[in-house]
Amino acid sequence: MNQDSLAYFPASKLARLLASGELTSVELSRSILERTERLNPQVNAFLGWDGDDLMAQAEASDNRRQEGKALGFFDGIPVALKNNIAIKGSLLTCGSRMLERFVSPYDATVVERMKAAGMLVWGRLNMDEFAMGSSTETSFFGSTANPWDLTRTPGGSSGGSAAALAAGMSPITLGSDTGGSIRQPAAFCGIYGLKPTYGRVSRYGLVAFASSLDQIGPFGHSVEDVARMMEVICGVDPKDSSSYPAPVSPFHAELELALSGGRPMVLGLPIEYFKADGLDPAVRRAMDEVIAYYKGIGWQIKDVSLPNSHLAVPTYYVIATAEASSNLARFDGIRYTHRSESAADAVDVYFKSRGEGFGEEVKRRIILGTFVLSSGYHDAYYLKAQQVRTLIRNDFAKAFGEVDLVLTPTTPSPAFVRGERITDPLQMYLNDIYTICPNLTGLPAISVPCGFALENLPVGFQLIAPHFEEVRLLTAARAYERGNDWHTKHPAL
Amino acid sequence: MEHIDIGYTAKLARLELSAEEQELYSAQLGRILEYFHVLSSVDTSAVDPTAHANPLHNVLREDVAVSGFGAQQALANAPQQREDQVLVPRVIE
Amino acid sequence: MASVDGYDAVIGLEVHVQLGTESKMFTDAPYYFGASPNELTNPVVMGMPGTLPVLNKRAIEKTIQVGLMLGCEIPDVSKWDRKHYYYPDMPKNYQISQYDQPLCLGGSVEIEMDGPSRNVMGEHRRVSLTRIHLEEDVGKLTHVADGSLVDYNRAGAPLIEIVTEPDLFSPEEAFAFLTSLRNTLQNAGISDCDMEKGQMRCDANVSVKPVGTTKLGTKVELKNLNSISGVRNGLRYEIERQIRELKSGASIVQQTRRWDAEAGVTSLMRTKEEAQDYRYFPDPDLMPVRISEEWKSQLAEGLPELPFDRQRRYMADYSLPYTVTSVLCTNRGLSSFFEEAIRHHNNPLAIANLIANDLLRELGVASAGSESGEGERRSLDSLGISAAGVAELVAMVDKGVLSNQMAKEVLSGMIETGQSAETVAAAKGLRQSSDTGEIEAICRQAVDENPKAVQEFLAGNEKSINAIKGRVMKATQGKANPAVVDQVLRKLLGVP
Repeated sequence: MNQDSLAYFPASKLARLLASGELTSVELSRSILERTERLNPQVNAFLGWDGDDLMAQAEASDNRRQEGKALGFFDGIPVALKNNIAIKGSLLTCGSRMLERFVSPYDATVVERMKAAGMLVWGRLNMDEFAMGSSTETSFFGSTANPWDLTRTPGGSSGGSAAALAAGMSPITLGSDTGGSIRQPAAFCGIYGLKPTYGRVSRYGLVAFASSLDQIGPFGHSVEDVARMMEVICGVDPKDSSSYPAPVSPFHAELELALSGGRPMVLGLPIEYFKADGLDPAVRRAMDEVIAYYKGIGWQIKDVSLPNSHLAVPTYYVIATAEASSNLARFDGIRYTHRSESAADAVDVYFKSRGEGFGEEVKRRIILGTFVLSSGYHDAYYLKAQQVRTLIRNDFAKAFGEVDLVLTPTTPSPAFVRGERITDPLQMYLNDIYTICPNLTGLPAISVPCGFALENLPVGFQLIAPHFEEVRLLTAARAYERGNDWHTKHPAL
Repeated sequence: MEHIDIGYTAKLARLELSAEEQELYSAQLGRILEYFHVLSSVDTSAVDPTAHANPLHNVLREDVAVSGFGAQQALANAPQQREDQVLVPRVIE
Repeated sequence: MASVDGYDAVIGLEVHVQLGTESKMFTDAPYYFGASPNELTNPVVMGMPGTLPVLNKRAIEKTIQVGLMLGCEIPDVSKWDRKHYYYPDMPKNYQISQYDQPLCLGGSVEIEMDGPSRNVMGEHRRVSLTRIHLEEDVGKLTHVADGSLVDYNRAGAPLIEIVTEPDLFSPEEAFAFLTSLRNTLQNAGISDCDMEKGQMRCDANVSVKPVGTTKLGTKVELKNLNSISGVRNGLRYEIERQIRELKSGASIVQQTRRWDAEAGVTSLMRTKEEAQDYRYFPDPDLMPVRISEEWKSQLAEGLPELPFDRQRRYMADYSLPYTVTSVLCTNRGLSSFFEEAIRHHNNPLAIANLIANDLLRELGVASAGSESGEGERRSLDSLGISAAGVAELVAMVDKGVLSNQMAKEVLSGMIETGQSAETVAAAKGLRQSSDTGEIEAICRQAVDENPKAVQEFLAGNEKSINAIKGRVMKATQGKANPAVVDQVLRKLLGVP
């Protein structure tokens, strides 16, 4: 088996090869390591990895399989994690100087679940600092390159997770999504990325950015991979009170069942989104083709209205920065973070350690978040935003009374050049215009690769489903996948 | 243009900012706040704020103690420690 | 209302009480006093990245029970908020607390002022509460020469905060309030309320106004009041200080002051301008609590009678005097022991006195009024004596089998050996004789041997009979029933 061809096999295909004995986990892991060692200097997707540990896990998996004791479908499949998900004994940097040397003493719940399924949890993937950013350019450890065009960003904040998968450095990766941080990089890198319904996946062990918006989710080469990965990581967790006791069913089987049932779905197009200025012509063209495809298989396309769309970005940024300013208060130079060497007294420890430990974007958002919560401004900003959030929720609830899914572009434009937007925060925030509503409302959403813009840059479209209807999302994505092959394209690395 | 008192807010957030940073943020955040102004255009007097994404109540745990991980692990990442406690520079009351 | 120097004081208290749960408020790490530094920690306690809080059910239930006992309104829904401020003892630099929808609203605490003398019950009054809410405790700072040490053992322990209306009007009332609250909470097994162990802490707000005026003066917050007497003393000083200031023409600035018990003064900590902006908002990690009527009823079922209610009942139903009830009723252990004992033998007064005087003495404590209340709560179990056993002892005295003096000796023996009154009395050969025949013989002898005393008695000196009685008691080694001896002697001497 050509080592490099393995690199782009979907994880489910690799799992079947492991099951049939045509491939061992050791062989797979060795190939992954070799490729990562070769490519990471260019891409900078990984902040670090422990090759010996990966090989040891691979060996253990092969032994289990030989004894007939494979722990699950993905036993022996490596999965790399965004470096804001806690792995016991591993550095948990969140792309920040503040946690540069912090070693996590515990495993995130998703890590426990993946290990229990026999997966090989490895590597630490680059990210925007504390998940704040849309380009992985705010990382203290340098930016990550888009494997399709190394001069461009892979998106963010889970840029490392997307780039690693797109470059074939790991068959599955996990990221986190607060305002689009899985879906936008997935679109920029030509792969699938799914944000689960809020509460589906435990946040215990995910370093919090905005607690009411964050979710961990998978990147994958195929719908099946994403579906099967969801089965591993979803489930209510007693350690996370915001996790929801929704049953976890075999999504990968259910979606096939739904498709074979042949029921056509109704997809809604928010008129406000398509009227928007600033939608790149290549993206608009790609969307037209997606719409044509679904019509071609007998599905219905309908216009819907989300009248409060124009309020989404400010609503998101008020709430996200407010919660972030609170969640990041604990990083203070006292117990386990970077501590400034020049602090004269305890008060100084806070000011200087936080001044030194945080980068520009993080500080900017902390100030904004502190401001909107502060006395005299709380009602006008924070409370107001939470009320508008309810209006946005209601908009979607109404739309789902008329359609099965909402269809949108994932991003207004394809991947931009590194350095181009980083000096204008507002410009950067407007990138998130299509992705933030699922976070605000808690709805599940997936980005599906659907073509290329000029210069060989991937484009993605987004599907949004009602709460806990991931199967519906995956069914529609699979329906598209059956008749298209964008997801099989790979960069020439 | 809405104005954030950057100095005061940074103090609340325990962030030491250089003069350049203060100036930079002041301009950027001013523009961002102006953009936020659109929120005030909508009437939300009859709307409840979204407190939580999901309607959950009484997510509770039985009062059973499980051993902690002890001083060594608690302090493994501590910048400075002494006698099994975190050491910080003098706290002025 | 006791005015000082033409001014009236108005006081409000904020009392924090640690709930005695097994685990902490938002995580399952254990909590108990006296562990070695940072032993009772886990990633959640330390505020490590990625960790999340989970509500402790028993802490919530205990809080609701406190609210029910104090007559609070328990709302249908209660929620959790983040309160932000930076301090090294704060693992997350926000405290999870309750802002606008606490578990308990309103309520009151009954207090008793000192009476004109020790034996007379003083005035009672109800002090209004504003609210009671549940939150987490912080760690502990110890200052050393070159810095401060932080121990997070206490961080995350469940605390209730009880806030009074500005409804206290003297330092003595504040003292009475804290005593009553402590008795109520100890009695219900909610907390031991030992201020030295930090189980109960109190901040006070105090202002003064000229007598006869209604407008409240500017209030000053007092902190570092580390004992119940400290609260009283700190308030006394501060009230006098404020009056001094006002009389000198200055005005009171809203501020926080620190009580220094050793120096006996309060000093400025921070002014209102430097006051904290806590930036409260609902904690997204924790879900609200819905309190059903059913849950409330369940929790109300286990509640004990309040100490003052019990005291009134004992005085009415058992005709017990005030002082004895004061001792019995501050402690659920003592009072349930008492109630069980009187089921076996119906002499409430004698049994109450025995418990309040003799048993407590055995426990090595002064009678009611000790500051910490610590000694009174040392278990009666530790004496190895049962309520039935005590009842039996008192019954024996009532039957004339033992004298009061003998009973004390038997009691000691019961505690020493763990055996019953009957057994101990027999072993010690303590038995009061009421055998008239036997006593008569000894009396005759005593009369014969003490002619002088007899003469004096017959001449009208009542007291002289005691000398003869004394001889009889000596001759019987104290075992003769003194009442019978008296009867027989008078008969022999031909006196009614």
